[in-house]
Amino acid sequence: MTTPAASPQPHSLEMQSEIVTSPWKDAWRSFTKNKVAIVGLCIVIFFILMAIFAPWLMPYDYNKTSLTERLQAPSSQHWLGTDDFGRDILSRIIYGARISLWVGFICVSGSIVVGCTLGVLAGYYGKWVDIIISRLFDILLAFPSILLAIAIVAILGPDLTNALIAIAVINVPNFGRLIRSKVLSVKEEEYITSAKSIGMSDARILFRHILPNSMTPVIVQGTLAVATAIIEVAALSFLGLGAQSPDVDWGKMLADSKQYLVQAPWTMIFPGLAIMLTVLGFNLMGDGLRDALDPNMKN
Amino acid sequence: MLSYAIRRTFMLIPVLIGMSILVFSIIYLIPGNPAQVILGQRATAESIAEVEQQLGLDQPWYIQYFDYVGSLLQGDLGTSIKTKSAISSEIFPYLMATVELTVVAMIIAIVVGVNAGIISAWLHNSWFDYVAMIFALIGVSMPIFWLGLMEQYIFSVQLDWLPSTGRYDASTVIEPVTHLYVIDTFIQGDFAHFWDIVKHLILPSIALATIPMAIIARITRSSMLEVMNSNYIRTARAKGLSNFWVVYKHSLKNSVIPVLTIIGLQTGLLLGGAILTETIFGWPGIGRYLYDAINYRDYPVIQSGILLIATIFVFINLIVDLLYAAIDPRIKYH
Repeated sequence: MTTPAASPQPHSLEMQSEIVTSPWKDAWRSFTKNKVAIVGLCIVIFFILMAIFAPWLMPYDYNKTSLTERLQAPSSQHWLGTDDFGRDILSRIIYGARISLWVGFICVSGSIVVGCTLGVLAGYYGKWVDIIISRLFDILLAFPSILLAIAIVAILGPDLTNALIAIAVINVPNFGRLIRSKVLSVKEEEYITSAKSIGMSDARILFRHILPNSMTPVIVQGTLAVATAIIEVAALSFLGLGAQSPDVDWGKMLADSKQYLVQAPWTMIFPGLAIMLTVLGFNLMGDGLRDALDPNMKN
Repeated sequence: MLSYAIRRTFMLIPVLIGMSILVFSIIYLIPGNPAQVILGQRATAESIAEVEQQLGLDQPWYIQYFDYVGSLLQGDLGTSIKTKSAISSEIFPYLMATVELTVVAMIIAIVVGVNAGIISAWLHNSWFDYVAMIFALIGVSMPIFWLGLMEQYIFSVQLDWLPSTGRYDASTVIEPVTHLYVIDTFIQGDFAHFWDIVKHLILPSIALATIPMAIIARITRSSMLEVMNSNYIRTARAKGLSNFWVVYKHSLKNSVIPVLTIIGLQTGLLLGGAILTETIFGWPGIGRYLYDAINYRDYPVIQSGILLIATIFVFINLIVDLLYAAIDPRIKYH
């Protein structure tokens, strides 16, 4: 780091302003320089806006059936064609964005809250608390994730809420392990020792000092996890274990399209494209955030 | 190395016990009476009592658990509610079908992914590098079930090059030896059927291989780039070694650890992904077996299928961990 205050050079003011910027501003500047990440951010914003303004953007009611318009190819009336009930595919994709994004965000938020709480407790208290929580993570990670999700839905019954719970559960150990390792290093910092020496309570140290200082990798992992959660929920819906009619979910739209592959391939192409673009957006944004916030995670 | 291997293997015991408890608990976590849920609307008081007895639900839970583990240790996976057959004998052909599919997919993913990663690193910032990494990024973001449907549409419906579903032609009769039909038909010299089986394998294995291939390519590239900037590679080049030799011998050997980690992790992803791939392509593997069991609420099959896949996953990870230690003697168990 430079020492601009003592420097009489003409750039001293500019350099001083660099020093007073926060790490978040630095990260944002680094993020905005990454063109690929900005493309990702734009894709994500596009789909979020589409989900928010879905009722105004949909050209037709997403559940309006019309047997006279069954399996129509894309046309000026139905830009992306219609499905086997004559429902407008564009309207269903627009409305489906609500469910897919909502489910993605809720799953990941739930995983972060539970995973971080367990990870912080394991990392901070160590000993038997750590042993129990870490073994629990090991056991959950011993199952391929989608398989564990299928098992949970098989227990709870096929339903979008249960799919959401299942995806949240399978992501808990990823966040838990991540935050645990971060807490292990943060808790050895001098400011934590100082906080302990002035008699600060464990809860205050954990939630006011340790957790905020361990969140960077969680933000990066969280963005990438939304992408995975969207695919996983779509996969459960595709298997008939997630969204059920009349809910619209991109995975369910794909499942319904299977039998019309020959007559109406557009029923399969567009929902899949929507999933891929959304996931691509989150992946690009997540990669950019990782490079900006925590370059050490890159490898 | 030996003490590491022993300690790493012993670490499996608590994980395997935890897994068995979790899988055993599936039946208890079902909301309501499990026998009633399994039988659905067909349930009568007698049939409920029969299923409860078959599943051992009339015993205290700890006795049931020890019976369950005792049976597992003897290779008894229980009895299917749907077929009334022993799961351990019924599951074998399905398991081998999945093994055949995942092994072929993994070979494709490793061969294409590692080489694409190496060439991308070698030709860093060239058009090949950009195209390969764009494909890798799309591959990582692609839902496997959509890719499967797209493959069926293009290669089966439009071009009519490859069969869209099944493991072999319906008219084919195969004498199973290992239940790995590619090997079975090959050793029997039945090349007509061998070709039929290979054709059926192409689409599902490519669908299954795509995501791991993309991830392996990205990791190989970044790992190789790091190694290729090191001093000993510069020395190797300065000695006048050919580019090919420097890349494939010196660089690859030293960038293999992260690649191996990813290959190990991806095998689990493949086993999970096999459920989706098998459902799309009508592949009679363990994923398909599990999917049918879920639809039939055949909980003993669900439990056994999940436990079997998870156990295979755990042992693959063990092998990968031991391989690291063999390749890189600096790795020690802590």
